[in-house]
Amino acid sequence: MTKVSMTVNGKAVSGEVEGRTLLSSFLREGLGMTGTHVGCDTSQCGACVVHVDGKPVKSCTVFASDVAGATVKTIEGMANADGSLSVLQQSFQDHHGLQCGFCTPGMVMSAAALLAENPRPTEHEVRHYLEGNICRCTGYHNIVKSVMAASGQDVSALAAE
Amino acid sequence: MPKDHGIGASSKRREDIRFLTGRGVYTDDMALHAQAAAVFVRSNVAHGRIGKIDTTKASAMPGVLAIFTGEDFKDVGGNPAGWLINSRDGTPMREPKRPVLAHGKVRHVGDAYAAVIAETVAQAKDAAEQLAEDSVIEELPAIVDMKAAVADASNRVHDEIPDNVCFDWGWIEDNRAAVDAAMKAAPHVVTLNLVNNRLIPNAMEPRASIGEYNPGTGDYKLTTTSQNPHLTRLLVAAFVLGIPENKLTVVAPDVGGGFGSKIYHYGEEALVLAAAKKLGRPVRWTAERSESFLTDAHGRDHVTKIELGCTKDGEILAIRTETLANVGAYLSNFSTATPTFLHGTLMSGPYKVPHVYVNVKTVFTNTAPVDAYRGAGRPEATYSLERVIDQMCRELGLDPFEVRRKNLLTPDQFPYQSPVGLLYDTGNYQATLDKAVQMADVAGFEKRAAESKARGKLRGMGLSTWIEACGIAPSNLVGILGSRVGLFDAATVRVNATGNISVMVGAHSHGQGHETVFAQIVAEKLGIPESSVDIVHGDTSKIPFGMGSYGSRSLAVCGTAMTKAVDKIIAKGKKIAAHMLEAAEGDITFEDGKFSVSGTDKAKTFGEIAFSAYVPHNYPLETLEPGLEETAFYDPANFTYPAGAYICEVEVDEGTGKVEVVAFHCADDFGNVMNPMIVEGQVHGGVGQGIGQALLEFTTYDENGQLLTGSYMDYPMPRAEDVPFYNVDYSCQTPCTHNPLGVKGCGEAGAIGSPPAVVNAVIDALHRGGHTHVKHIDMPVSPSRVWSAING
Amino acid sequence: MHNFDFAKPSTIADAANALAGEGAQALSGGQTLIPTMKQRLAAPGVLVSLTGIAEMQGVCTGDGGLHIGAATSHAVVAKDAHPHYRALAELAGGIGDPAVRSRGTIGGSIANNDPAACYPSAVLASGATVVTNKRRIGSDDYFQGLFTTALEEGEFITSVVFPIPQKAAYVKFNQPASRFALTGVFVAKFANGVRVAVTGAGNDGVFRWKEAEAALSANFSASAISGLTVDPAGMNTDLHGSAAYRANLVKVLTGRAVTAAG
Ligand SMILES: Cc1cc2nc3c(=O)[nH]c(=O)nc-3n(C[C@H](O)[C@H](O)[C@H](O)COP(=O)(O)OP(=O)(O)OC[C@H]3O[C@@H](n4cnc5c(N)ncnc54)[C@H](O)[C@@H]3O)c2cc1C
Ligand code: FES
Ligand code: FES
Repeated sequence: MTKVSMTVNGKAVSGEVEGRTLLSSFLREGLGMTGTHVGCDTSQCGACVVHVDGKPVKSCTVFASDVAGATVKTIEGMANADGSLSVLQQSFQDHHGLQCGFCTPGMVMSAAALLAENPRPTEHEVRHYLEGNICRCTGYHNIVKSVMAASGQDVSALAAE
Repeated sequence: MPKDHGIGASSKRREDIRFLTGRGVYTDDMALHAQAAAVFVRSNVAHGRIGKIDTTKASAMPGVLAIFTGEDFKDVGGNPAGWLINSRDGTPMREPKRPVLAHGKVRHVGDAYAAVIAETVAQAKDAAEQLAEDSVIEELPAIVDMKAAVADASNRVHDEIPDNVCFDWGWIEDNRAAVDAAMKAAPHVVTLNLVNNRLIPNAMEPRASIGEYNPGTGDYKLTTTSQNPHLTRLLVAAFVLGIPENKLTVVAPDVGGGFGSKIYHYGEEALVLAAAKKLGRPVRWTAERSESFLTDAHGRDHVTKIELGCTKDGEILAIRTETLANVGAYLSNFSTATPTFLHGTLMSGPYKVPHVYVNVKTVFTNTAPVDAYRGAGRPEATYSLERVIDQMCRELGLDPFEVRRKNLLTPDQFPYQSPVGLLYDTGNYQATLDKAVQMADVAGFEKRAAESKARGKLRGMGLSTWIEACGIAPSNLVGILGSRVGLFDAATVRVNATGNISVMVGAHSHGQGHETVFAQIVAEKLGIPESSVDIVHGDTSKIPFGMGSYGSRSLAVCGTAMTKAVDKIIAKGKKIAAHMLEAAEGDITFEDGKFSVSGTDKAKTFGEIAFSAYVPHNYPLETLEPGLEETAFYDPANFTYPAGAYICEVEVDEGTGKVEVVAFHCADDFGNVMNPMIVEGQVHGGVGQGIGQALLEFTTYDENGQLLTGSYMDYPMPRAEDVPFYNVDYSCQTPCTHNPLGVKGCGEAGAIGSPPAVVNAVIDALHRGGHTHVKHIDMPVSPSRVWSAING
Repeated sequence: MHNFDFAKPSTIADAANALAGEGAQALSGGQTLIPTMKQRLAAPGVLVSLTGIAEMQGVCTGDGGLHIGAATSHAVVAKDAHPHYRALAELAGGIGDPAVRSRGTIGGSIANNDPAACYPSAVLASGATVVTNKRRIGSDDYFQGLFTTALEEGEFITSVVFPIPQKAAYVKFNQPASRFALTGVFVAKFANGVRVAVTGAGNDGVFRWKEAEAALSANFSASAISGLTVDPAGMNTDLHGSAAYRANLVKVLTGRAVTAAG
């Protein structure tokens, strides 16, 4: 066991980890932050996406030790300071971009990374960027809509494409 | 102006707040004090005889607390099939025992034959690896292919079942001769051989279960990823472990999708309970995705020959199908109903067909159990029908739209008794077809096709008009059909003293949004804000009873029970109001949250009535109990019959064979719609899964029974890039006539109606591109299959 | 996953020392190695992370073309190589998904030499040089079949040097589940001829399609290869496509790559 420290959602945290402790386990079991989900064991589903130093990362595919000292942001850190939903989160609620909610944390984190890089993505760009996030419930329609709406685009006509 | 609250409003989902902020609580998110971890030792051969399992080394490994094998459960019950189906000759189906842990033989890759409980998952995994090494499994030849399974009586999945056939079902057997005669007499007969591809449900949350036991009280608690906690309680308690039902609580907290796969009881649930009792500690198991692939009940897997007899101008005279349906190694809870009563009864679709006969043989193989997956049986029926009708059009040079119009039931024909046993209550299939044609701008297709061609792509259009039987219920009907359980539902409406409300419902939401929609209905009926109503689901200790959510039944069955309970609340409220207002009960009316004396301005608010029920100072205590809480059970008179018309447009890249869905239009009739936003979301999800089945998903076992598509590296899941925006309409509404909400259910429609629309569109594109030799391509219509068909 | 000790050196020299130890293995982005370890198919005693070594990071132009540090992520290549070598940047930008690209690295990809990986086709088609802590290896000598390379025990890649072609393009056809290349073709036109490298299709890993190179060197247009055929005998068959299908893809995608290269 070794000790790792990092900043998670603006707070300095540390904990004892083994070499094999994944960032996802460190967050879920070590810190009790279970908003980050684990949906697969082959690094494909994206339910576990968090931001490490501002970049989207599959937390199930990085060792906690390897990101010691990093700044990590998870779904628990996405709301506004007063606890209200951020624009992106609110857009997911407004446009029914989630059903069972299991893929949602990863979806929101990936979408946030996209909007940071590309503030007004096209439909194609949104779909392409979310390639590593699997959702079984929504058929993606309302997820894409939520992300485009969060970027300030008018999505009212999209449903009747 | 659309409504902004209550019935028919697109109220935003209250559950989203917790899911969007990482505050949902799924089973694996719970960390209980002193919780131990369970890991299963799973067979890596498809078929084998279990020899010695030497636990010596594994037991001594760090952290190991207990080891279980099939031997430990040989005297408890098996996990039963929920429906008894009889064969054509009247004999009952063959029903082998499905044990908690495999005993004697392992029957599919992933079949658990032992379990290790340890302090941590990692320790349990280490010991499980050791135990696998120390177990002797004598490999037997695997039975994978259904035709071979039936043909070879020497090789048996279950030693006591000689031909691996569970049952050979005819529906309706008495009509068989008449159907044969009609087919013989038909001027034209179309035949298609179809494979309905085996799918793996892949709810994004893997299954997980936590067992707890209190030695002081003898109470058990199972927290589990279930679509129907009460059914799970019944199965675990009464059938498997023999725990009295009052000593077992089953909780299904936030559940990350189900699609059928979480209806069923699985052995892991019984194991964690038994282990918790033995250790006196909570025991948790969470599936890794690779375990989900191997052990969640799979879906579909039919091989069908369908024949359609018709006139030369496309009037359907007779339909006959012959299907082999895979049930896998054991009978999962609904596995015998899915290929029979959820499939054969739909084989006349929305059409007037005088003669229909369905034959289904279900076959045991050394593969994971197969059971209901979104749509369950109805997608298979719809696919067979809609593909063969398209083929008929092609063979006879007829227009697929016109042919459907010619054969669809007309509004004046309802209620309609189908030749395969169902009584359709209402519908207007012309209306949905007309709507779809308009939405899809069918008239403009040629122009779009020309544009596609200019870009080097072949464009095609495909249609499907479909119907389903939903709201899975009438207990008396399903009882006749072989169900061993009732399929009613229940709800309790508890008005608290301060006028806010908790509603305990038997339905379970794992994505459907019941917490929001059910509250809308109660709020509307009681004239109070939605925020005053909370919906409680998924806990057998809180809820009266319930048969859970599947078969698009939540609203039609449980929603009705809830509505009836609300009616009882209003009735009691009127009695209280009559007393308080010193009026006759018959003079009290209830509207907009107020009980008033007709013709006067004397009134009491709902809140005042609730308060007086709990503070009964001025109350008819002699004739009325205090309190304001009502329970209703509801068993409907019939299934509900949603229907619709779907039109798909695709582009095919001839060079690579890749198909892209470029437009998808859905015109559905769901009866009355409670929350349009959620209904649309359900259709989107269903269509997404249907496109997945049509273009991407498949399950392959090799000849040794190894699952080759056992991870997202090889099982193609639809991604955002694989699907378009869907165009959804639900304005054609023929309300259900036998439930008070007039609702039909929308959860499965998308998955039922879409696969044939996609495949029909691909075949259309290929024919337009001159590849007229292509009669059919099995799903998934993958690039390599399309390319091979073109060049074959 | 079995446990291991974790080391994160900050210089190539320290990494070389750490990797010389018994049971040590390099960890770069971990996007291949971690899933493999989860399946218990790899169980190193010591993992030596290479991502903390500054001299193995980044993209710059220099002798022989574009130098890319082995621990440079796909995302950084997609962005920083774009002004210099667009086809390579686009290839990097099409690997996996954004989260994979944040972590996965060129060195890890080339060391792993997955037969369906994208980078090997760029390295081979560009005639790039693989630079290790010990030597420089030409691309034609480096790739030696499925998951096999010229790297020796304890040797690791420190950078890759890409000559920059006049025109180039990579066209990838996704395997529908993994989204790796079912087949991918990289075409690069240099002053002295055209190189065509194919990934995903061959049953012995990435390979050069020499007939197409000859035809395209004479006439750099899609029509130049229309008369050629690819022999399915050398192609791979799996759940997602037969050898014949892949042979077709090689030709179709080569044509499309030439068109895309302009
Ligand atoms: C969901 C997903 C999708 C993907 N899609 C694609 C795709 O479309 N195309 C594609 O090409 N790849 C794809 N990949 C693979 C990805 O590109 C990996 O990043 C890459 O193959 C390995 O790089 P890495 O840095 O992650 O290496 P690691 O996983 O860290 O290491 C891989 C192997 O290389 C060794 N190694 C690492 N660095 C060095 C070095 N410098 N010298 C010597 N040996 C070294 C390691 O010991 C290990 O054996 C995908 C991966 C995932 C998870
Ligand atoms: S859990 Fe990380 S990608 Fe699936
Ligand atoms: S909302 Fe359920 S998986 Fe996406």
